[in-house]
Amino acid sequence: MNDTTLARQASRATTEPALLPPVDVIEDANGITLLADLPGVPKDRLNLHVEADTLTIEGEIALPTADGMEATHAEVGLPRYRRVFTLSKELDAAKVSAELTHGVLRLRIPKAEHAQPRRIEVRVG
Amino acid sequence: MAYRPLFSRDVFAELDRLQREMLQSFDISPSIRGLSRGGYPAINVGSTPRSIELYAFAPGVDPASLDVQIEKGVLTVSGERKADSVPEKASRHIDERFAGRFRRVVTLPDDIDPNAVQARYTDGVLHISVARREAAQPRRITIQ
Repeated sequence: MNDTTLARQASRATTEPALLPPVDVIEDANGITLLADLPGVPKDRLNLHVEADTLTIEGEIALPTADGMEATHAEVGLPRYRRVFTLSKELDAAKVSAELTHGVLRLRIPKAEHAQPRRIEVRVG
Repeated sequence: MAYRPLFSRDVFAELDRLQREMLQSFDISPSIRGLSRGGYPAINVGSTPRSIELYAFAPGVDPASLDVQIEKGVLTVSGERKADSVPEKASRHIDERFAGRFRRVVTLPDDIDPNAVQARYTDGVLHISVARREAAQPRRITIQ
């Protein structure tokens, strides 16, 4: 088991029902990039928090509605998204950077200095 | 791809799937064009006495690649979402987001005005507003 994998935490108590946004998680030598689809979530309705080793992504959908609109067909049936991840130890949660463009959240979680790859010289004695 | 469902430990994903299956079994009149749940983009439709409001949840699409057409009362939304390039020596742990070309088709009611359509792409949602024809709007008839 690769211990650098972001494991999804399932035991977290959820308060309100929410949609599970699809994500991509890409890891390179210096950190992890997480992409999440959060269509309809404006910047001010996006809530990201890191608590101990738990990363929570939450967002509320705000759509422009017309007066007296009645829903006739809904595939997106809930007004919010939520997804929780457990970060592994070598990730530096204090240095997470986030960007929200066209409904896609891009999170960059760098690895702590000591966890960055180092080349170990092999000396021939 | 078979690996993930086989070893899935994500309770939410499992619930999501169950919910989808349940909704599908309750959906007694699916459209012939397959307005099914779980596609990309997901579509919500609302109606008012004056217009039909469509919301296509299409995050991460270059607005220039979006194409909206109305022909014979059928609205087509198509476009392409480019896959993110994975740099060398990087590995993909989770890969759930859609990438590629997409096309969704919605049948509109008969009373719409194909010349009064507005489309706007905000926060990854394409909002299309199609006005109904004047004549079709409800009018109060005075009794003499």
